[in-house]
Amino acid sequence: MEESITQSSYWLVSGRVLFLFLHLVGLICFAYIVAKRLAPLIQAERDPRWDKPLVRLSNVARYWLCQWRHPRYLGAGVIHLLIFAGFLILVSRAATILALGVSDRFAAPLLTGRAGQMYAITQAYAATVVFLCVVIAAIRRIVFRPARYQSPAGQPKSRSVDAIFLLALIGILMLADALFEATSAGHPAPALSLAWLFENALAAAPLPLLHNLRLGTYLVHEFTFFFLLCYRPFGIQFHVETSLFTIYFAKLDRSVLKPVRWGISDENLDQLPSLGVKKFEDFTWKHILDFYSCADCGRCSDQCPAKAAGRVLSPKLLTTKARDYSFRHYPVLGKPEPAQALVGTVYSEEEIWSCTTCGACEAECPLLVEYIDKIVDLRRGLVDDGKAPQSLHKPLKAMESRGNPFGKPEKKRADWTQGSVPLLNGADAKDTLYFVDSITSYDDRIQSIGRATARILGKLRMNFGILGAKERDSGHDVRRFGEETLFLALRDHNTEAIQASGVRRIVTADPHAYNALKHDYRDMPPVEHTTQVMARAVRTGQLRLNPVENGVFTYHDPCYLGRHNGIYEDPRDVLDSIPGLRRVEMKRCKDRSFCCGGGGLALFYEAKEEQRMGVMRVRMAAEAGAGTIVTACPYCMVNIEDAIKVAGLEGQMTAIDLTELVDRQMTS
Amino acid sequence: MEILVCAKRVPDTSENEIQLDASGKDIEHDDLVYSVNESDNYAVEEALQIVARTGGSVTVVTVGGEEDEEILRREMAMGAGRAVLISDPAFSGSDGRGIAAILQAFVQAGHYDLILTGVQADDGCAQVGGMLAAMLDYPFASLVTSIEVLQGGELKIGREVEGGSKELNAIELPCVLSIQTGINEPRYVGMRGIRQVASVAIPTLGASDLKVDAGECAAKVRRLDYFVPPAGKGAEMLDGSREEVVDKLFNLLKAKGGLN
Amino acid sequence: MARIFAFIVHNGGVADDSALELPVAAGKIGSPQPCTAIVTGWGPELDIVCHSLRATYSEIWKVAAEPLAYPNAELVRKALVNLVPAGSILLVPHSHFGVDLSPGLSIRMNAAYVPDVVDIEGVDGKNLRMVRQEFGGQVSSHVQCGFSAGAVLNIRPGAFRPSQGAAANGQVVDKSAEAGSLTARRRFLEIIAAEIGDVDITKEPVLISVGRGIGEQENIAIAEDLAAAMGAAVSCSRPVVDAKWMDKSRQVGSSGQTVRPKVYLACGISGSFQHLAGIKGAPFLVAINKNAKAPIFRVADVGIVDDVLEFLPALAGRVREESCVPGKERRQ
Repeated sequence: MEESITQSSYWLVSGRVLFLFLHLVGLICFAYIVAKRLAPLIQAERDPRWDKPLVRLSNVARYWLCQWRHPRYLGAGVIHLLIFAGFLILVSRAATILALGVSDRFAAPLLTGRAGQMYAITQAYAATVVFLCVVIAAIRRIVFRPARYQSPAGQPKSRSVDAIFLLALIGILMLADALFEATSAGHPAPALSLAWLFENALAAAPLPLLHNLRLGTYLVHEFTFFFLLCYRPFGIQFHVETSLFTIYFAKLDRSVLKPVRWGISDENLDQLPSLGVKKFEDFTWKHILDFYSCADCGRCSDQCPAKAAGRVLSPKLLTTKARDYSFRHYPVLGKPEPAQALVGTVYSEEEIWSCTTCGACEAECPLLVEYIDKIVDLRRGLVDDGKAPQSLHKPLKAMESRGNPFGKPEKKRADWTQGSVPLLNGADAKDTLYFVDSITSYDDRIQSIGRATARILGKLRMNFGILGAKERDSGHDVRRFGEETLFLALRDHNTEAIQASGVRRIVTADPHAYNALKHDYRDMPPVEHTTQVMARAVRTGQLRLNPVENGVFTYHDPCYLGRHNGIYEDPRDVLDSIPGLRRVEMKRCKDRSFCCGGGGLALFYEAKEEQRMGVMRVRMAAEAGAGTIVTACPYCMVNIEDAIKVAGLEGQMTAIDLTELVDRQMTS
Repeated sequence: MEILVCAKRVPDTSENEIQLDASGKDIEHDDLVYSVNESDNYAVEEALQIVARTGGSVTVVTVGGEEDEEILRREMAMGAGRAVLISDPAFSGSDGRGIAAILQAFVQAGHYDLILTGVQADDGCAQVGGMLAAMLDYPFASLVTSIEVLQGGELKIGREVEGGSKELNAIELPCVLSIQTGINEPRYVGMRGIRQVASVAIPTLGASDLKVDAGECAAKVRRLDYFVPPAGKGAEMLDGSREEVVDKLFNLLKAKGGLN
Repeated sequence: MARIFAFIVHNGGVADDSALELPVAAGKIGSPQPCTAIVTGWGPELDIVCHSLRATYSEIWKVAAEPLAYPNAELVRKALVNLVPAGSILLVPHSHFGVDLSPGLSIRMNAAYVPDVVDIEGVDGKNLRMVRQEFGGQVSSHVQCGFSAGAVLNIRPGAFRPSQGAAANGQVVDKSAEAGSLTARRRFLEIIAAEIGDVDITKEPVLISVGRGIGEQENIAIAEDLAAAMGAAVSCSRPVVDAKWMDKSRQVGSSGQTVRPKVYLACGISGSFQHLAGIKGAPFLVAINKNAKAPIFRVADVGIVDDVLEFLPALAGRVREESCVPGKERRQ
């Protein structure tokens, strides 16, 4: 009969007393630490996330339980899946071990008899697998060193050290668990598990040694368990506790930007003393929870096109720097420090303006951490303080006075039509509005997309018109660059014009306008992008396209059509309906598409970068074997055509908009 | 330091295509977008930066009509503490010298350590600052690209001169300076800022408030009309295909010694 | 008829080009008398300048005073007020100095002031009729002013082409004693010279100049490539420097460098007068611009309406075809 832990003697103290004490100390410390970590959340801005519990629970099932995003990086994804599964399986086991320190008769509920035996086998293998995985993970970190884990120059290297330290601790925990099992009486461990290995190693060991080993291992387990529990909230492993909540409270509707402040309507914004995020406490509690939950995996930065182009921005650092700030200003031990302005101390202005809001980071994060809202909020704060970048002053002023960033007169907005497209003036009822937006109206090259669109809509016998001089810029990127008030003015103007026109639906060829009309504007008739219209026409046979003789084509997914609005197949269906058209996919396509460089005001912002995103994208197309890039966004067109010249690929690569291609191939 | 900035509302040349109207004698005013003169805006920003360092306040003044209030509001949204509109039917049609005389009366009714104007506005005259200084008998410097406040009531200023060089001067206060674009990076004024000053009352002063002689304000230099000069001979335009043009140009360059 | 004076700007013993232009402007006023030059300064350099003016002016008033060794407009103004007889017409170049001097001077002299005159049509009764430009040169205007009390006219540099008139054989008259007491509440400290940078465009015979039409910073490489093929150097206009795409030492214009090349290619440059003011010596001026209405086409010798981003590489290719002797390309 083996001695129970509770009755054993640890240097004059009985097991029960010692472990009762240690459990209590551990739990109290943990509770205290968590309470301290919750403190900034209480001071933060409100963020209503209590709606749609069923949808949220299904997110938890998909992203937390089933680790849905993890396999996108297969190696690390599988390792993490196994560790996570192991942790879930071992929860009961850990509780049982801890309980043994204070009660002999503890048996985990439901796990008695047959179920108990099955569980015993399962958890032994789980512990073994977890152990192997942390070893592999540690080797990856130490030997293979994937780029996304590296700390950039100037940052402390401690994060990788921290990660390896934690992996080691988990390893020790698993070893202690197995050794404790091996030195305890009971069924032999299942074959090839860690415990089994220990059992065999200790087969000939004398009883007193086994006994002391058992007691010692139990103590190691105790300390390691509670050390980990209390250490996790100090670093990247806090995600073990917070991930469930971060995913539950994750933003459901990614296409809608966070309002300036929840609970304050647009009309009342003038009453706020300040807009945007200027200090840490201006973030919402969910954003701060995001900072805690970042596991430092680096996948967001790995996918970020701005970072790849050599801009100062790295999304992961936005999160980890904020977390470091939070830990510094709200320490577990000591008094909170006074708030500082974030931009200028934690963040640089350039970092905040370098983002094109492409959404690659958000599409990748396994914890569903949100980035775009934070960047827009930080921009709102900068604009409120008068710190918009100099290169944007003129386009913003032009937006205000002329309704377009180029400063061209309103009355020339419809000149591109050369009289061939009707203007909506209320007299002649039309049911469809073709919302052209600024770049298609005024840019010499892009006007051809407008004309092609008009011809296609005409060919499809749509009863449509344009707003002409009454149209203003959709304001999509004005909003995303933080000038909320100007955006609202543009939106109100356009909303009035659209409602007065009496149309029942809107079509646009501009994904930024599409996104704005669909998500930023309210009380709009249904909006479609031209690719959706063309795809439908192609499927019903209303649109038939002439064959293409030669050339290899690839489709570049625009960020605001693809990632932000999930329209991936429609443009591909249109291309595939062209007989003889050879299409290849770039390695980074669909929701991993690589941003062309940004649209709207991003065209005017002069970022410091090593190379242009557009140039990188054009090279990806060349690598895929394509000679023609097809896109469905006027800004992508501007950036890609420019990039073809800068990359020196003129003559080898061309770009064409899908509407231009369809217009060309339409049977007459 | 109490700083006065004299500003003017002008048609923004970067957002307008200035064209002659139907009469052929004036410019087309419909559809023009107006804003504060660019170098005046730089002057206000410079004043705000100086006052942030030394304390004091910034006042912005313009001579015109009700429609000119919008630039005063914009500069207040930028941070100017006070704005004044000088308006009177007697002042309409004043030339630069007349404006300077009006401003002189305004300056003398108040107390300012430093008076700033932009280098030049839409008419390219670049004169009000220098004239105002002479009328007030204050020292003057134009094309100022840097200002440093020294002890003892003096400023160290840099002026832009030929070849991109900088001429450093010491100038006694009170003085008048005309500010060149590029001296600083003006802060952004958003729509929200302007809305917040939309209902602030802006005092308006007329001829009787300023006690200025109407004769001083009448124009001595008169603009008779606007016109676009006939094109004249201009350049010899090369046409043909790009290859042909390149060829023709190549031969011309060779002949003119352009190729080494 | 009022007497006409021309204020001479000079540096390092050399008179500015405007010294030859002002008499032409004066001639258009229609006065029977030739204009008198006024030169302020100090030391041997002043004498050299006065001497050089004798070929152009029949009378030169030399004003030598130590405080005037550096042309401080505040001091010069005081001297001129004392020297120039009331009711005279004074012509001053509309330069960095002229803009500093003349507005205040016109008040002190109680004379009319017309800045940046590009043409003089003549006298119409008691009024002088002139041409100016507004809105950055987009439109011109006729202006008139009464000059019975005198006038100060700032003349745009380069607006009047110097003529090869008869040599004047002028007399230098020393008027230094009449300058009066020269103190001012602004004193000159020093000049901080602009850095020359790696290339001194003022010494280059062939310049490829880029403007806003070059589009992006990366595209400047296209101009560099053509320059390498032609053995030329790349310069630019102000917007390119403001955007920080090129160093200020490469800027041609009234606020940049003054260049005297043999050949000047203006690529994507609209042709503002501030830019053109930096080009002297009447080079062979080629303008390449997408916009057929760009003002540069009025002053260029040869004009090409095309996209510079397409045209320049084509030209570079053609140049290289001819000079296929290796090693002919110049180091940049």
